[in-house]
This record gives sequence, C-alpha cells and structure tokens, in this order.
Amino acid sequence: MIEIQDLYKYYGDRRVVGPLSVKIEKGQIVGLLGLNGAGKTTTLRILACDLLPTSGSVRVGNVDVVENPELVRSKIGYLPDSPPLYNEMRVSEYLSFAARLRGVQRSELAKRVDDAIEQTELGEERHQLIGALSHGFKQRVGIAQAIVHRPELVVLDEPISGLDPKQIVEMRDLVRGLRGEHTVIVSSHILTEISETCDQLLVIRDGRIAAAGTEAELFSTLTHGMRIEVTVRAQPAEREAVFENLRQVVSRLSGVSDISQIDPPEPGGHWVSALVVGESDVREELLSALVSAGLKVVQFARSENELENVFLSLSGAGERRARRGARSNLRSGADAVEAV
Amino acid sequence: MKAMLIARRELNAIVRSPMGAIIISVTLLINGLLFYNMVLTEKLLSGQVLEQFFYYTSGPMMLAAVALSMRLLAEERQNGTVILLNTSPITDAEIILGKFIGAFVVLMIMVLLTLYMPALILVNGKVSVGHIAVGYLGLLLLGASVLAIGIFASSLTRHQIIAVVIAAAILVPWLVLWKLAQLVDAPLNKFLNAFALHHQNFRTFQTGVLRLDSVVYYVAVTYFFLLAATKVLEARRWR
Repeated sequence: MIEIQDLYKYYGDRRVVGPLSVKIEKGQIVGLLGLNGAGKTTTLRILACDLLPTSGSVRVGNVDVVENPELVRSKIGYLPDSPPLYNEMRVSEYLSFAARLRGVQRSELAKRVDDAIEQTELGEERHQLIGALSHGFKQRVGIAQAIVHRPELVVLDEPISGLDPKQIVEMRDLVRGLRGEHTVIVSSHILTEISETCDQLLVIRDGRIAAAGTEAELFSTLTHGMRIEVTVRAQPAEREAVFENLRQVVSRLSGVSDISQIDPPEPGGHWVSALVVGESDVREELLSALVSAGLKVVQFARSENELENVFLSLSGAGERRARRGARSNLRSGADAVEAV
Repeated sequence: MKAMLIARRELNAIVRSPMGAIIISVTLLINGLLFYNMVLTEKLLSGQVLEQFFYYTSGPMMLAAVALSMRLLAEERQNGTVILLNTSPITDAEIILGKFIGAFVVLMIMVLLTLYMPALILVNGKVSVGHIAVGYLGLLLLGASVLAIGIFASSLTRHQIIAVVIAAAILVPWLVLWKLAQLVDAPLNKFLNAFALHHQNFRTFQTGVLRLDSVVYYVAVTYFFLLAATKVLEARRWR
C-alpha cells in the first residue's frame, strides 16, 4: 500500500527527515511514534501530498506522490494535528464540501456524509455550527472529513492530543473501527495512547525509523524479554523468608533470567514485591508456579513503566536528557570558572 | 469544476461573516456620500456627471477589493484550513481561481448595488445605457485587477494586516505612476501613462469608450497576479 524509499526532507540546510525507508501493507493500522520534532508530521505531510520530498520516492497504492499528486490525494484522507475546520459551516455542510472536494459524485454525496457521521457518532451534532463544538467533537469532525470519501489510506496526525480520558477511549474505538476498510497511519508521541490500537509500530527518531514491529517485538528488541511485578502476602516478620521462597520457586522455572525485590505498590501492607525478568512471555507459567507453591499472590502484572521506558530509549529521549544535563554541567562549569 | 466549489464556499463565508456586510455597507455609504457631495454639487452635463460618478466609485471599490481579498489565503493559513485544500485532489490554480471567483461575485454584487446613482442620472438627464454599461465594465475590470493583487498579497503571508500592507505597497506606486509621467519626458511618460493602473486605462471606460487595449490591460494584470499567487502556493510545497 505504501512504499517509502530513501526519503529525505530538508528545510533549508536542516535535515528533518531521512534517510527513511518503510513498507506498509494494506488494511493495517500503523502507529508512527516519536518525540516532538522527530519528523512525524513532516513525513505524514509528504504522504498526504501537502509537502514534496527533497529526494527519495514515496508511493501510495503504486502511485508516486511527485509524479501524480492529485491521484494520490484522491486515495488519502488526512487529519492534521489541528483539524482543518471552517467554524462558520455546519457539520454536514462541511462534510459535503470536503467530500465534493475529494471527488465524491453528487448522487452519492448524502450517503457518504451520513456514513461518515454515523461512523464518528456525530448524529446529534450534524446541524450544529463547527465553531460551537467542543474540542473532542471538532476532532471527530476532523476524522469524518478524512474518511468521508472512503479513501484507501487514512492519515491521522496526533488525533488523541488534547482529548480527555473518556474521549481518548472513544477515539481509540473509532480508529479501530477503521481497520480493514482503510489502511490507517496514526501518529503520537505517547506510546501507551496508541499501542493498543495499532497492528504495527514505527518509532521515528531524528527523521529515521529507529525501530519497527509489533508492540511485543519492540519489547523483545530492547528489553530482551518481559518484566513482571509480583506481590505476595507476607507478615512483616516473614518478609525475607517469603521472598526467599519466591526466589526459589521462580529460579526453578526455565526462561526466567532475574528476580529482585522491589518496593511494594502500596505502603503499609503485609506483603512483599519482586520484579521478575523473563526471557520471553512467562506470565502463565510463573503464575501457576506461584499458586502451586502456596504463595498468596495479591498482585501480578507486567511492569507498567516498561512500555514507556522502551519507547523513551528507542526515541532517544534518554540521550536528549543526557545532552541537556551535559549542557547544564558545562554552564555550571563556566560559572565556576568565572567565579574564580 | 472544483474551483466553483471553493468559490461557493468563499461566497458563503463572506456573506455569513459580519466583515462582508461591513465592507459592502461602508463602501456603499462612502460611494453615496461622494456622489452627493462631489458629483452633484457642480453644474455639469449629465454625461460628465456619469463620468465623475465612475471616477469617484472606483476609489472605494478598490479599497473594498483589498479588504475582501486580504483574508482569502492568509486566513486559511492562519487557521490551518489550507491543508484541507492542499491535500485534496485539486490543483493550486483551481484553489486560486475559486477564491477569486467567490470574492469577485461579492464585488460584483456590491458594484451593481450602486446602480441607483446612474439610474438617477438616466431618469433626470440624458445619458446612454452604453455609457453606463462600459463604465461598469471598467469598474469590474479594475476591481478584478485589484482583487488579484490582493489575493497575491494574501498568498504571501498568514497575517491579514501584512497582506493589506503588501497590497498597498504594490497598488499605491502603481496608481500614482501617471503623476510621475507628468515629470518625465517622452517616450517614458507615454509608457508610464499606459502602464498606470488607473489613470489612462480607466479613463476610457469612465467616458464610455470601450477600448480593447484597456480591456486587455486589466485582464493581463488580473491573470498575472492570479498566476503569481498560484506559483506562491506551488512553491510552498517545495519549502
């Protein structure tokens, strides 16, 4: 569906994207992840034919974005980070305009608009002025305009930003609902927001693909396994003995590489917690071993911070922090020299 | 034709916004006042009254054309809505043409709303309908040229005020070229007179004379600036 080969984009002398090569299959939901300034929006704007690449080739459905941009645009629905809405128009009127602009015939117009309104659950708002809608509904209208002409490819640039938790859940359902009929690319700078929605994740860093694969593949790339937090009941006096017991049970399992004691999730309880590092997904075996050994398991979950840590290290956030630290050290060093 | 879709949306946006109503009503008010105070106070033949009417109507109409055009592209960029147009299967030329047609229809309605003044001259004096028609054709051609210049200025920036300043920077020197022509010798003065946006080229319409070279002149100016605005849009994609 999408084939990007050696894509480069420069703004003046500054390289924003490149070298970037990736293939995306039809019908998938793909998450494009990266920190702000990593090159996500520029890549998506090139895909949507809003910008032209400096070099390289970008093909959507076997059509090149430079050679035949108009044909590519008719295959694409694009929601930029800020929805392109005319506040003085009503929802259905705006969607009709967007559909006609994308070449929907007059005879099919009403049905296409109704379908988009139904998919985005905008039925009650269809006659309202767009300017009077809340941020969440404006975002929905933005998605509706991206799908109203039934494009092969839907490109959504940070559709979840600025939404409240309820709206985020609704938006995830909406994006999931697009699977199959459309190929979807969703960008975000927060991994947990889209990891559940996407079939494949592309981590973009400094204009290049830093990692690609499913959520599980990304974990195994970086963490070489899975971290599981286990909490079992233990009286204060028995904590050491219970942890020792836990260690023995875990060490008998194959596929577990490490176990260490960690702070319990809540203070003041009669329990002991451990972090178990597995070489692969060993949750089933671990839980049944713990229960068989008579340990009273009160909490058992994959490490919550793991997901974000994986993303942060792939996206280079750690390096950025280190650079900032180095700069501030340099500054304090200079201050010290000045003081002397 | 997709340009007509954009034209229709533009027309609706102008009509629905208070800005559109303010521009039209203030222009008509100024036109009426100028007609009453500048044209009707002198003892003139009715043909001369009509000439003066077209002369005094052209100024407020040019200001209205700048006011109508300043937002056409600058506002789209400011609000981020230009991306909807840029990512739709439509050419940059169609975008510019649609914007131009939408604003031109508003300008045309506004100019035609001044018809009551020539109608008064027609009823109370002796002027030909042809003179009125040619004068209005001149007003519309001049208006189209100024609109095109305004659209070009609007394509260069995301701020409407800056768009007005750019349009003024193009229009004002161009309008006063005829004054410069009085200070220089032939053949340069002839060239400046022929090139000036208003003076020689508009006077023919004003007097009821339809000259092909003046028509071609305004059509060429309009085409040039619409083409320039299209090239600005195209260049943005290569940024």
